[in-house]
Amino acid sequence: MTAITALDRPNSYIGRSVPRPNAKRLLAGRGRYVTDIVLPRMLHGAYVRSPYAHARIVAINADEARAAPGVRLVAIGEDLAKLCTPWVGTMDHFKGMKSPPQLPLPIDKVVWAGQAVVAVVADTRALAEDAAELVAIEFDELPAVVDIDAARGPDAPVISPELGSNLCFHGKIDTGGVEDVFAGAAHVVEEEFLFGRHTAVTMEPRAIIADYDASEPKLTVHHATQTPYQFQDIYARHYGIPEACVRVIAPDIGGSFGMKLHMYHEDMAVVGLSIMLERPVKYVADRMESFVSDIHARDHRVRARMAADADGNILAMDVEDVTGIGAFSAYPRTSVVEGNQVYRLMGAPYTFKNYRADLQVVFQNKVQMSQYRAVGHPVACTVTERLVDMIAAKTSRDVFDIRSGNLIPDDAYPCASPTGYKFESLSHHACLAKIRALMDYDGLRAEQAALRKQGIHRGIGIASFVEITNPSPAFYGVGGVRISSQDGAIIKITPSGDVRCLISITELGQGTETIVGQIVAEHLGVDRERIKVITGDTETTPHGGATYACRGAGIGGETALQAAKKLKANVLAVAAAILQDEPDRLDMEAGWIVDAASRQQRIELAEIARIAYFRSDTLPPGTQSQLSVAHHYAPEGYPFAFTNGVQACHLELDVETGFVKLLKMWVVEDCGRVINPLLVDEQIRGGVVQGLGAAFFEECTYGDSGQLTNGSLAD
Amino acid sequence: MEALDAYEQAGSDASYIAGGQSLVPALALRLQAPDVLIDIAHIPDLRGIELKGNWLRIGALTRHAEVLAHPLIRQHAPLYSDAAPHVAHPAIRNKGTLGGSIAHADPASEFPAMTLALGAELEIANRNGTRRVAADAFFVDLFQTAIEPGELLVAIHVPVVNANHRWAFHELARRRGDYALVGCGILADVIDGAIAQIRIVFFSVGNTPVRAAKAEHALIGRVIDADAIAAAQAAVIHDLDPPEDENVPPAMRRQLARVVLGRLLGDIARQAP
Repeated sequence: MTAITALDRPNSYIGRSVPRPNAKRLLAGRGRYVTDIVLPRMLHGAYVRSPYAHARIVAINADEARAAPGVRLVAIGEDLAKLCTPWVGTMDHFKGMKSPPQLPLPIDKVVWAGQAVVAVVADTRALAEDAAELVAIEFDELPAVVDIDAARGPDAPVISPELGSNLCFHGKIDTGGVEDVFAGAAHVVEEEFLFGRHTAVTMEPRAIIADYDASEPKLTVHHATQTPYQFQDIYARHYGIPEACVRVIAPDIGGSFGMKLHMYHEDMAVVGLSIMLERPVKYVADRMESFVSDIHARDHRVRARMAADADGNILAMDVEDVTGIGAFSAYPRTSVVEGNQVYRLMGAPYTFKNYRADLQVVFQNKVQMSQYRAVGHPVACTVTERLVDMIAAKTSRDVFDIRSGNLIPDDAYPCASPTGYKFESLSHHACLAKIRALMDYDGLRAEQAALRKQGIHRGIGIASFVEITNPSPAFYGVGGVRISSQDGAIIKITPSGDVRCLISITELGQGTETIVGQIVAEHLGVDRERIKVITGDTETTPHGGATYACRGAGIGGETALQAAKKLKANVLAVAAAILQDEPDRLDMEAGWIVDAASRQQRIELAEIARIAYFRSDTLPPGTQSQLSVAHHYAPEGYPFAFTNGVQACHLELDVETGFVKLLKMWVVEDCGRVINPLLVDEQIRGGVVQGLGAAFFEECTYGDSGQLTNGSLAD
Repeated sequence: MEALDAYEQAGSDASYIAGGQSLVPALALRLQAPDVLIDIAHIPDLRGIELKGNWLRIGALTRHAEVLAHPLIRQHAPLYSDAAPHVAHPAIRNKGTLGGSIAHADPASEFPAMTLALGAELEIANRNGTRRVAADAFFVDLFQTAIEPGELLVAIHVPVVNANHRWAFHELARRRGDYALVGCGILADVIDGAIAQIRIVFFSVGNTPVRAAKAEHALIGRVIDADAIAAAQAAVIHDLDPPEDENVPPAMRRQLARVVLGRLLGDIARQAP
């Protein structure tokens, strides 16, 4: 028999593993992704792409394509430049950062292999692709800037001559004293790390339908994105359409991982094509197009050293990171954020004080690079933890021991890292102790030694980390970028006593709507089944930052919580008037107004709603029932909500083949209050699998001429 | 046959389609753009699995999933059964056909290599009738077989294994279902403990499935012991000429082939006499 816990209270949903209400619908094949949407008079776009990484566009001959069956429009860079203002992916607080202006389609030059040059719109995608093959583009190939060192060389061709060089951003952090500490340190370890390019490879590729109606005017965009408000703002400003006339709808999304919150040229072009044609135009990136146009991530070369005293106490770090981002900085979140997080997260879990770092963000003729899941974290964590292990080896200390000696003590908060991050409360030591017990570390080490004698090679690794979550306005807002750090929710009670919650965070398949439903159910006091959560439509939900950087639960969840409390107060005010009682002597539970002390049922919520909506005449004079509330919430104080954790890995190496067999992974993460353990487990499991992919399998590789050499899943 | 006539009428720009697991991706990638697709998925003559004396006839339309589970294949052509779980993923195995895989002749595919290891014969139809081609003469070059334009692979005829046969299959792939870096199937005829005949076939090592003739030769007449395995491993290096590959250089493929061969021969040695 199981003991009764707090979770057995009525309406107790927070902390409970409830399944996702939308899972059944998606499993039943009733998902509605952008690709599924068919609009009347809808046309389909395809693009002719550059075969060269860097080339001048000499001439475009599209006569044959225009005459091809079913073709409604062939558009080139100049056509769209007449409608769409250019965009520049910089942020003010990255001092000295520069990036060239971008247009939907290029006018005189291509800057990466795979860049869309000409748009073809036809009655079907197949006809559009057939016609695209008939477009003849004459290029004059230019030397490609591929390598990050060559890009910075004195003789390097400059991709955007107006910027003067291929350097997008140069950042420095220096606490002082680093040279002296290294000079006097008992141990110095040093390594060079190469991190290849990765990309998201979402199950659902990028997809968009733009539908421009000149008669209102009104632009409706069905967009597979995680940030509809950001795109509403962008489409309105760059196409000169009043914001209120732009509607962005993000329906079911098949994975995003940060990849679907950047401005893509093809997507921006589709809006222009729809304006030109006054018809809906759909574009769905196929898998090969995804590889050459979705953002890539990582691509860092880090040279780092760490100093320690004779006992293995870490004293200082000195880091140089060079990262290649493509030919411009991504819009609107820029391509500097990853490098910025790399050189600020270095050494973040540890107590040392002296830190120096140099970050160079370099333009090159490759696909644009920007934020993708765990922005910068794997790079900073790998470098730091490898150096820590090297210090452990030098000082003959165990990998757990060296970490307990150097991690920031759990009672030292609040404190700041030498890189400028302010930590409110972390728990490295508690996590370390927990994982050690979970994995039976001592047992594994003994087994490892015994098996080695039999020729079986097993490895054990651990890594502590700090995680950046829930950015406040101190990041994008201060940087001058119109990306909200707040979220908004509208909750209303229907005449039947059901609840609708319209919230600005978005559902990408990870369970946002589930946790919002849990939070509202618990704090309003109604059954979860009676709550409908609506997301992803700028026309119906309040403005907000939506979903990125772990902010769905932290900011969106808090928004829902506060909104639910506010609505509950409104309901209890009406209930008190009806029951001739005091609001603070009443509470809500399972859709009933109950006596706060005895929990006895007094009146059903549905009855309150019925009276409020249909028989307000029976209420005391002056009673105006407010059964809908709108509420916004933005984080204050700390720029980010930092969290922390530790992971451990146990694997076996086949020394004859080099194949690695993963035996087990352990993860201890300080999540704070867990809203839904099932969904947290899914997130962690997915993150670990994605990390294993990055560590073992994934890399977007380029040839010397700037060609992506593995642009399909079969390569 | 109607399908052959349809090809003739379409001129040269036609393709037969059955499971579509190789052709459809090629169409999607616009690597192929035939004017006419001839659907052969419903031709009864291309179906069925039956034992005919010492030969097992497997219809070309037999799905990978059927190959995986069919008792006659398990009993008489077991290398196909052993290889089948490594062929792609269940969704692809439900659609893809054995004949399609063999006719496509992807050098990284399991079934063409096992066809060669089993010493099968391929029954090919044309408008004049049918002919049978031994697997040793069937795989000509990269994606090229003895099938002439317009001809159709009808069935695979496999000499059934007997009590003297030992066999083993293994592949090294970075992920289950992924193309193997190196794979191998071995069929050995062991008489009085010694190897009387042996067929060692590698895949993912060249333009076609590759018989390791020098390794085979090193084993004929020998008991499979550590010395024999070492001799075969030394020889196999000279059997293989893997292509240049940025991620998997030829020396690495040869090393992996050496390891796989050693492990498979060890398996065969351990099989009950």
